[in-house]
Amino acid sequence: MNNIFAVAGVVIKELYRRKDFYVLFIVTILICLVMASVNIFNDAKIVRYLKEICLLLVWLSSLVIAITTTARQIPAERENRTLLPLLAKPLTRSQLIIGKFLGCWVACGLTLLCFYLFFGALSASREHQWPLLNYFQAATLHWFMLGIIVAMTLLGSLVFAAPSSNSTILFVIIGGILFVGRHLDQVALTLREPVRTIVYSIYFAIPHLELFDVRDLIIHNWPLIPWLYFSLALLYAVGYLAVFLTGACLVFRRKTVN
Amino acid sequence: MNSPRTFFLLLVALLVSCFGLAAHLEPQFQAWPGSRAKGDIFNVVLGDSRRLFANQFYVKADEYYHSGYYPTMFDDNAAFQTTHMAADTGAVNDKNHGDEHGFLGPTRNWIDAFGRHFFPDRHTHLDAGGPDDDLSGSDNVREILPWLKLSADLDPDNVQTYTVTAYWLRERMNNAAEADAVLHEGLRNCPDSYDILFELGRLYYESYHDPNRARNVWELGVRKWQKIYPTLDPEAQKDNRLIMEQLATHLAKLEEDAGNLPRAVEWFQAAQKVSLTPTLIQDQINRLKFKLGQELNPVLKPLY
Repeated sequence: MNNIFAVAGVVIKELYRRKDFYVLFIVTILICLVMASVNIFNDAKIVRYLKEICLLLVWLSSLVIAITTTARQIPAERENRTLLPLLAKPLTRSQLIIGKFLGCWVACGLTLLCFYLFFGALSASREHQWPLLNYFQAATLHWFMLGIIVAMTLLGSLVFAAPSSNSTILFVIIGGILFVGRHLDQVALTLREPVRTIVYSIYFAIPHLELFDVRDLIIHNWPLIPWLYFSLALLYAVGYLAVFLTGACLVFRRKTVN
Repeated sequence: MNSPRTFFLLLVALLVSCFGLAAHLEPQFQAWPGSRAKGDIFNVVLGDSRRLFANQFYVKADEYYHSGYYPTMFDDNAAFQTTHMAADTGAVNDKNHGDEHGFLGPTRNWIDAFGRHFFPDRHTHLDAGGPDDDLSGSDNVREILPWLKLSADLDPDNVQTYTVTAYWLRERMNNAAEADAVLHEGLRNCPDSYDILFELGRLYYESYHDPNRARNVWELGVRKWQKIYPTLDPEAQKDNRLIMEQLATHLAKLEEDAGNLPRAVEWFQAAQKVSLTPTLIQDQINRLKFKLGQELNPVLKPLY
């Protein structure tokens, strides 16, 4: 486990040395503050539009950070020729993959913490309430979804040639799942065989990332998600995360590293 | 080798010529009919496509009115043909049918059933308290206003945006001054709109308690309607009958409150001509005629 934590620690240090997070965080703050300064019929209590914009920026920023940070992990090690010396140490290939995953996931968690603290402060400044449990549920679901994405990206970085192609393909896939994933079964019903069966199979096979998008519940102050379903969603995420990580370990085990 | 002074003078000459050229071209550019710099920022950036975005934001306001419970393009949206926030103002032809509570239908599979716990899954209206069903929170309807304002900025010719905004500002926010400003802005952009005049009359009558201004505005609305109605196609005529009915019944109510019963009967009769429920209006006419008869007859005293 120490080897895994050591690799993860290096990844986290890399994230806070890079400027990606700071730029996205400052841009989010600036856009939200500009939007908050807009006068809408002299009513200072209007807040939901602001929450929506802020959460949208948080989601976009977190996706960008998760995918771009993870996509360059293994290719960068290979380009810098540090992969072989790293594996020459008492470190297995699976430990390296799990360490990279853990580092990226924890780094995403830290950035989410900053983003959600800002979001909480922004909405509290207008709503004068702090629904901590709702925010906890939203942030945790968001973080676990990022876990799936990090694992997917790590697998992609071993399959695709360059970090850029990996990032682009993943942005398209993740965007597709978030926008139409929930309705893919309805789309399948309008198609002819055998495309219908293929689309229907895709519907059941893909990780339904849209389950973790509870922004509407937060924006419109809906009650808490029942804890049973919340826990099941986390289990669902852990399942997919394990599948992609295992896939990444298996692919990396057979991959030439020089 | 040139001296720095030469470079400096060249730079100054360049700046002067730039300034002169800009000063020469600017008035020509302003006078040019194809200039896009005159309009607002949305007009410059989006052109005519801004109307598309305006409609999107108008629907977004209705989504907020439902606290996020809203059909997507994949769901059955028969019950959302007319936005509910507009239908609830009472001044719009409601074309909705079907089940507004269960547009999601029965669960299709385990993923669908499980997923319904993670987004709003109950039909509520913000003016009725939203997800909390707390009627004291009906002023939360304010949350639809930013999207309506944005929609009005993008498409200043959409009359419904002004009337809906003004209605909710007046009705739930008790902000008659802002509602007044919105309606006057609407009138500046759409001077022939009888819908805006109707809403303005309601503002004068119900919020400012000024029947004279309300009467003037509503009568102007009726005149505009009478002028425009014959030019509309049959489908649009069908849609525009409701607003005439509303104008006429409100004028009838105003005249009745003012004690001018014969005029009230006339307005009810005008409303009856365009109403989908003429028998209900006939009941009102009969009631007024009876009242009128009572006033004209001498008071009968019992003999014993």
